[in-house]
Parts: sequence; C-alpha cells; structure tokens
Amino acid sequence: METVVSIPLSRAGVPMSRRRVLGAYLAEMRSECLRYLRAPGFILPMTLFSTVFYLMFGVLLNHGEASRYLLASYGAFGIMGPGLFGFGVSLAIERDGGLLTLKRALPMPPGAYLLGKMVMAMIAATLVMVLLLLIGVALAHVVLSWGQVLAMLLTAMFGVLPFCALGMFVGTLLKGQGAPGLLNLVYLPMAFLSGLWLPLSMLPGALQRIAPIWPSYHLNQLTQAAVGLNDAPLLGHVLVLVAFAVGFLLLAARRLRRYG
Amino acid sequence: MPHLRDPIAHLDAAVKRYGQLTALDRVDLCLRPGELLALLGPNGAGKTTAIGLLLGLIRAEAGAVGLFGQDPQQIGARRRIGVMLQNAELPPTLQVGELLRLTASYYPAPRTLAETAELAGVADLLKRPYAKLSGGQQRRVQFALALCGRPELLFLDEPTVGMDVEARQKLWAAIRQLLAEGCAVLLTTHYLEEAEALADRVCVMSRGRVIHESTVDALRARVALKRIRCISSVDAGVVGGWPSVSDAEQRQGRLHVTTAEAEAVVRRLLDADPQLSELEVQRAGLAEAFTELTREAEHASPASQREVA
Repeated sequence: METVVSIPLSRAGVPMSRRRVLGAYLAEMRSECLRYLRAPGFILPMTLFSTVFYLMFGVLLNHGEASRYLLASYGAFGIMGPGLFGFGVSLAIERDGGLLTLKRALPMPPGAYLLGKMVMAMIAATLVMVLLLLIGVALAHVVLSWGQVLAMLLTAMFGVLPFCALGMFVGTLLKGQGAPGLLNLVYLPMAFLSGLWLPLSMLPGALQRIAPIWPSYHLNQLTQAAVGLNDAPLLGHVLVLVAFAVGFLLLAARRLRRYG
Repeated sequence: MPHLRDPIAHLDAAVKRYGQLTALDRVDLCLRPGELLALLGPNGAGKTTAIGLLLGLIRAEAGAVGLFGQDPQQIGARRRIGVMLQNAELPPTLQVGELLRLTASYYPAPRTLAETAELAGVADLLKRPYAKLSGGQQRRVQFALALCGRPELLFLDEPTVGMDVEARQKLWAAIRQLLAEGCAVLLTTHYLEEAEALADRVCVMSRGRVIHESTVDALRARVALKRIRCISSVDAGVVGGWPSVSDAEQRQGRLHVTTAEAEAVVRRLLDADPQLSELEVQRAGLAEAFTELTREAEHASPASQREVA
C-alpha cells in the first residue's frame, strides 16, 4: 500500500474501483428504464397490442378453457413485443442518431448498454404479463394457482431474451425509422404461424409442420405449460430458445463490431 | 521528468480506407499534455476519421494509434478522455442532471455535478428534459458530458456549431479554464477564429493528408498576403493589373486590394491618387492562409487521386 501512496499521483493514476464499475452498470440500467418509462409512445404500443387482443378474443368472444388457452398464447405474443421492439427500434434509432457512437467512445463498461436494454425489456415483458393475468383472472375468470401465476411471470421475464437477441439483430440491419416496419413484418407473421392468434390445429397442415422453426412456437409451449394446458416435457423447448438467443446475439454482436 | 512531454495521443502513418476512398493517407498526429491542437480542414478532409481512430471507434489498416500509450479500444485509456462528437442525439426524456450523473458514473474520479454544471454553464438546466432544450443548450450539455469525468484529454468535434456568439465566448472561456488546469484538447472546427482564439498548434488536413502543422502565427506567416483598404478614385480593374496584386475590388465605397507586396502597392496607389484616404494595411488572417493552403493541396492532388482510383 505504501508504494502506491508514495507515487506522486497525477489523475492518471486513479484506478476505477470495482464498486464504481458496478455503479456504472446500475446507472446505465436505471437510465435505460427511466427514459422509456417516460416515453409512453414507445411503451404503449408494445403493451396494448396483446392486452387489447386478449380483451377482444379472450374475454368478449370466448369463455372458460378457451380464455385459459388464449391467456397463454396472447401471453407469448405479449412477451415477444418488448424484446423485438425495445431492442430493435431503440438500437436502430441510436445507431442512426450517433448515441451508440458516443457511448462507444466513452468509457462505458463493456456490455452495459446491452444489459441496460435487456433489463428494460425484462421489466416491460413482466408488466405486460401482469396486465394479461389481471385481465384473465378478473374479467375472463380464469382460475390460476399462485404457482401458475409465478410460472407465467418467470416465463415472461426470461422468455423475452431470445426476442431481444432477434430484435437486436434486426436493429443492426437498418438504421432509424425503418426498424418498426421491418420488426412488424417479423413479429406479426411469426406470431400467426406459431399459432398465437389461432390454434395451430386450425392452420393448414404444411404450416403446422413448419411451426417448430419459429421461436414463438416454443415460447407458446412454455406459457401453455405454465397455465396447465401442456404436460409434455419442456426441456427441448427451453434449449431451442436458448440456442436461438445465443445464435442471434452472436450474429448481432458481430455486425455491431464490424459496422458499428 | 522528460516523460511528461511524451505524447498522450498519437497517430503514426495511420491509413484508413473506405472502399475506393482513402480517408486517411499515412497521417501523423501527436498531442502533448496540456496543449490545444486544432484540426482544420474542409469537409471530407479526414478530421472525423482521425478522431474516430484515436477514440477506438474504427481501426487503422496500417500504422499505429495510441492513446495514453495504449490501444484506444482499452477502456483504461478512454477513462482519461472526454468526448463531444458532432452529432449525438441523447435520450430525449432524460433530464440534464440524470445524463450528467450517468456519464460521470463511467469515470474513476469525476467532478461533482455542481462543479460540472458550473464549468459548462448548465446549472440552470439540470432539471430540464434534454428534448426541451434549444440546440445551443443541447450543445452545452454535450460539452458538460465531455468534461464531467475530469479528463486529461478532451475531444471536441465542432463544439460551437449552432451556438450564438455569447454562448461561443462562454464555451471558449470554459475551454481556457480546462487548459489552465492542464487538460489537453483536440479540437476540430470550421471556425478559424476559434482556432485563432484557442489553439497552441494547428494541423491542416486536406484529402486525408496533413498538409500543414505549425503554430497559429506560423501558419498565418506562411501566407505572405496582406490586405489594403482605402477610399480612392483609382479604378479597381486597373489596380488588379498591377504586378504582385492577387485581387482588387471596389466594395462598400472602398477599394480592397490583396497583395504580397503591400509596401510597393501602397506607394503606387498614393502616387496615382494623392486624395487617397483612410488607408489600412492588415496581415491576412488564418482564413486566407487556410484557403491558400487547401487550394495548393487541391491543385497538387489530381495525380494522387488517380493513384487511388
């Protein structure tokens, strides 16, 4: 210790304490959450899509077990939104506006930027799920155990991550205002083809057979299991989602490193 | 301590190409502690590319880049710098104070919020959301973000664009204060008076090369042109034909002559017009020197352009 003190320390010698590094990560997460919670134009479309659909089809048009089934499928649909849009749109806009460049020039700890967005997406997905559960229990009279509620919330919190990775990849493909359009082209067809709007059994056989290539199909299997409508083993679905997340994360990171 | 004068940021024969275009062509650049180096040049000269290399945003294809003796992509080197880029759209819904706190959190020993706000003149804006600020105020906030980490080296890319005269003067005063504290500054600017007011050294770039590097005075002296202004009945067209006169015109009732041989031209003018009045002779400013330099570079360049293509 004495040797450290005896050096005539200019500011150059000040090391970054571990506590300050951790503080930087927390500050980044806090800012990322604050800025979007204050931007209703960004948050509302993400949350309203699934809740309004569920109100129409799960509460007004259907009852009983259909409402339970739709709670799970619109739950999966609602989880996807914050991941795809929260990541994709903000990344595309910040690449365009120069914010990402500034952050890369600043000594922001590595990964803090993405971690901040990830936490924001996890919170948003959980909020969407809370809204859907409230509608389901209070208005559609779906009976859920506390364990089932917890399973749904956890599925939302972690199930959003593969879609964050996909959104991030789309966000690296184009800049600025083009991203929401492209993301909708991914979001809506994928939800339909995975049986989130209509049960897969009502779709043509060919579409049923290719459904497992969509990550949302696997997410739907998890939410169906959470509400007690799927007894099949889940490990396979979880592994597919993890692989999907890692794959797109690597693709996106590579594009970000190469093209900024 | 001789090592104190070692460069804190340098480019050695750095090359960067974008496809067919050579954005930087073996550029050397060196910044020492406590000095302000102004990087001048027309658009597309390679200033932003040079800064991008020093910040670690892009990689050089050849040559060396160093920031505090490290690779700029090392976060340790970047913890000693502050950055203000030409355009950065900061999160619109965050308040100025929140933005400052976030950026300060990246640094080991940042200034206090109050100190930063005072120095950058944003104390009255701390509670305001960024999007509600005027363009000039936003630039001031970006300047505050650049200095909040108590950097030893500040990168300022066109810092006063969009500022009114008063705001610009205040920013210059703040930059002088930082220099007095021993902070070095790399400044790019379009405003030559900004370089004249602040810079120890200037470095003029054109088409990816450094075409001149010296003190401000040396740059001005390099161009020997002087400006003569007077009220005279002598026809500007006639004066324009005199030897060593590079330009002559009648503007706002005055005769304006640009020449390298002011004494001879003044003598001839007085001979031609004994009624001549309000005579002024001035050394050309940095603007003329700069125009002259970049024009030389343009004339010299066609051959090298063909090499690239």
